[in-house]
Order: sequence, then C-alpha cells, then structure tokens
Amino acid sequence: MGQTIIEKIISHNIGAESVKPGEIVTVAVDRVMLDDIMIPFIVDKFHEMGFSKLWDPDKVVLIYDHLVPASQLDDTRHYKVGDEFAKKYGIKNIHRSDGICHQLMTEAGYVKPGHVVFGTDSHTTTYGCVGAFSTGIGYTEMAAILGTGNLWVKVPETIKIVIEGKLPEYVMSKDIILRIIGDLGADGATYKALEFSGQTVDEMTVSSRMTMANMAIEAGAKCALFTPDEKTAEYCEIELDKYQKSLFGDGDASYCKVMTYRAEDFVPVMACPSQVDKIRSVSELKGIKIDQVFIGSCTNGRLEDIQMAARVLEGKRVSSFVKLIVTPASRKVYEEAAACGAMKTLAEAGAIITHPGCGLCCGRTGGILSDGERVVATNNRNFLGRMGTSKVEIYLASPAVAAMCAVAGEITADVSQ
Amino acid sequence: MEQFTGKVWKLGDDIDTDIIIPTEYLALKTIEDMKLYGFSPLRPELAAQIGVGDVIVAGKNFGCGSSREQAPEVIKALGIKCIVAKSFARIFFRNSINNGLLLIEQPDLYDDVEEGDRVTVTVNEEIDYKGKKYPIASLPENLVEILQAGGLVKAMRIQNGLGG
Repeated sequence: MGQTIIEKIISHNIGAESVKPGEIVTVAVDRVMLDDIMIPFIVDKFHEMGFSKLWDPDKVVLIYDHLVPASQLDDTRHYKVGDEFAKKYGIKNIHRSDGICHQLMTEAGYVKPGHVVFGTDSHTTTYGCVGAFSTGIGYTEMAAILGTGNLWVKVPETIKIVIEGKLPEYVMSKDIILRIIGDLGADGATYKALEFSGQTVDEMTVSSRMTMANMAIEAGAKCALFTPDEKTAEYCEIELDKYQKSLFGDGDASYCKVMTYRAEDFVPVMACPSQVDKIRSVSELKGIKIDQVFIGSCTNGRLEDIQMAARVLEGKRVSSFVKLIVTPASRKVYEEAAACGAMKTLAEAGAIITHPGCGLCCGRTGGILSDGERVVATNNRNFLGRMGTSKVEIYLASPAVAAMCAVAGEITADVSQ
Repeated sequence: MEQFTGKVWKLGDDIDTDIIIPTEYLALKTIEDMKLYGFSPLRPELAAQIGVGDVIVAGKNFGCGSSREQAPEVIKALGIKCIVAKSFARIFFRNSINNGLLLIEQPDLYDDVEEGDRVTVTVNEEIDYKGKKYPIASLPENLVEILQAGGLVKAMRIQNGLGG
C-alpha cells in the first residue's frame, strides 16, 4: 500500500515502515518557531512546567514580527522577555526586525524538505511549500516541546488536489487557493492534510506555493504539502537527498478526497466579508468603492507579489481616494524589490511603502481602518475586526487584483483601468 | 462520571479566534485583563454577562483562525465550564485540552437549544436538555490523561517530578 506525503514524513520521523490516518504518534521535532506575541506566555509556561534547559537551542528560532516596530507602549516588553530567555538558554537564531516569521523560516534556511516543524502561529502551515510537515500550536505545547523535543500528533487523512494546465494572465496562486477554500469550506479540511500536485503546481515558483500552503489553515487543514523538486532544492540551497526525493504521493496511496482543476478555468476571485470561504469572482463584485488596499503579509508579501503590483501600477496613479499600503514580507524582499526598481514604480504610483513585518495584517499598526471603511487586502483573513473595527469590510485578493483596485478606486480585475 | 448543569450562551458557526479575543488585546499583560474583551467584535456585552459554570453551545468550526491560546484561556477565565459545538478547529481543540477546558462535539444540541436555557452534561456520556438525551463520544486516552492532570502544564510538572 502506497503512502501520501504526510504519511511518508511521519513514518520517516518515527522510524516506522508506515503509518495510517488516525494513529496517534509522538514525533521528534526538527525546528520550532516562536513569535513575539506568544513569547511571554511560552516563557511562563516553560518555567511553570519545571524545565531548566532547552532540548536543543539550535533548533529554536525566535522571531519578532507582529509587534515590530512597537505600536503600543507594552509591546517592547515582549522583546525584553524574548531576549532574556534567549540569553539564558542559549538561543542564537533570533530575528528582531528581519520580517515575518513564516517568510524567514524558509528564506533564512531553517526549514528543509521533510522536516517536522511547529510554530506558535496558525500560518505555520506555510513551510509545506518546501515539503515540510509544519503546523501551528499553542504556547503551552510549545513550552512542552522546548523542554522535551517532541509532540504527539494524529496522522491526518489527506485530500489530494491536482491542478493541470496554464494559468491565465494576472491569475495568481492566491486565486487558486481562495477558490479551493471556497470549494472546501472554512472547515472542509479540518484535521486533514492537503497535498498539491499536477503540472500547474510543478511549474509554480516556491513563492507561489508558499501562498497556497499559507492559506491551507483557512480551510481548517493541519498542513499542506508540495513535493520537493529542483526549484525547492535551489530555493533551500541544498541537494535533495534520497528521503527528500521520495516525498511524493504514491499512485496507490489512500486519499479521503481527490479534487481536480484545470488551470485555464481559474479567474480572479475575492473572499468577501467576513468569511474566508465566501468566494466570489471579481467580475461579480465590480464597482464596489474601496478606501484602502493592502499588499503584503506572509501570504502575499514576496518579491513576485510586489513585482506584480509594480507591473500593474507602472505609469499609473493610485486613485485619489485610496491609500495603497505595501509591506514587504522580509528585509530581503525589501532589498530585492528596491534593487529591481519595483519599489520606485510603486512609490511613483503613490504607494505608502512600510517596513517589513506583519504590519496591517494583524490589525495592530500601519493603516488600521474605521467603521464603514472597505479594504482590498492580500493577506489571509477577513474576520470581523481583523484590520480595525468590526464594521470594516475586508475583501481578500491577489496582489494583481489588489493593485488594479488601487488604481480604479473600486473593485475590478481590469488591468486597463 | 462528572456531571454539571449550566446556563447556555448560544453562538453561531465559525466563531473565530479574532472574535474570541482580538489581536489588539493580545499584548495585555494577563488573561484577566484580556477577558473583558472576550467576544467583543461579535457581542461586546457578552463578557460581562457570562457567569461561572455557564456553557457555550455553538455551531460548526468553533475556534477557527489563529493559534492564540489566549482564546481558550479567556473563555475559561470568563467562567465557562465547557463548550459544546458541532465541530471545533484543530489548534483550538488542542489548546483547550491543554488548558483543561472541556470541549464536547455534539451534532444536534445546537439546533434545539435556546440561549438562557440550562443543560446538564455527564462527561463522556450525554447531555440532557429538557429531558432529551444527546449522546457524546469519549475523548482519546492521551487527551483524558492531560485533562485529568488539569492541563498540559500540570502533566509536565508531574513528568518533571514537581507534582501537579
């Protein structure tokens, strides 16, 4: 009997021939990611549990991103607690202002194909873009891992998603994952793994795969997995070993569901307020007036996203009544977007370009909105109150669509406007 | 088997973690500070109304969204004894068990129950509402161990020889 990718990773991790969905097993953790919002709670729980050392400081990565730079008076306490903890227990992998945790974990080389990784943020599913099993946990479980190096997991069932063909122009991987979330529903993949394959996925950049793995949690998924290939190897700066090369879904593996799409059928879509699975094609929403556009986040703040926005905005102006906020996902993305001229194009078009980090996505800083305002945003959640008051309407879209909307001052997927 | 009766607060489908405790309050120092803002985007008055021993009954996918463990901690701090929902999001489920907050999956109660009514829960057996019995499943053994220890912190303390 063949295995799915997640079954192969868990089997390899625990040294078993094979595992079956529903089995509860204890995995040895390869990497953990601790973020700034959760660090004071992790530290308290770690000490309450009675631990006096980390299981392996080199496997621990601490990233300040949600609260950088501080926007509330108490935020700096989180850096202080984190720095003290790192010093006391020998954590050397710290990023204080380099960008968003989920961008940095793969970009800075911490996560490799086949790894088992946990993080104190739900979008930890992102690292499935390089074929790692990664998922979000709470701070109490993180404290337990810091002390023990392991965690129990239930082997999930797998939903196989096959996409063949070539995407239409200005249709991005964001449109694919939004459509899939709409088809699955916000709880359609709860406790399950998503496994992506097909020609469209094979031809995608690692960055585009990141967008899809990032949003798997919005369908409730435990993780999302892509088979590591040559692009993955280049991105991770490694040669794939035998185990990493084996991380594909076997032909006779067992799937709880198979979904098949033709790339040519995808169109620009949006998730409408206030459910991530309330998906409509942009053409249905055309003409709705907007107040702000946000391009950034761990979902869509990478170089290709910023370059796409620049391509759309080249020689145009952001609508007079709209504020366009662009937030690179990392310092590296920021530098590359500056070097290739995309930042200049965006600045000339009237964009407000901010420091790398979570920014507006988590609604704490950099453009929060008020009652009655409407925003088109490239991040991953449009929940009530996510980016300001509970009377803000958030439409989630791709960077291409977001940039078009910024020019038009209303919802559109028409690049000529 | 443990049994208790509680007053019902009825919430809908997809009650996400940003509703349970919005990000802007996550940097408050304590859960006690945060709990005043519990459910504020949806029902700003609710946190003040919930009493100790009350029960939340909700639809599907309760606790979807972020991994913030403050969500179950805030609910527990408000005095909620247990949450009965059609289904739960997975990170919220783990976080709740790890904090000793009882979650019960029950597909039918939500459709029948009205806010303000009382339900009687017999853990791992059934829920009684106006004389009608709603069966509930038992939790897996490893989770029962954590719940019985009073949460993961206490379970780890025992493992580290410190006692719960």
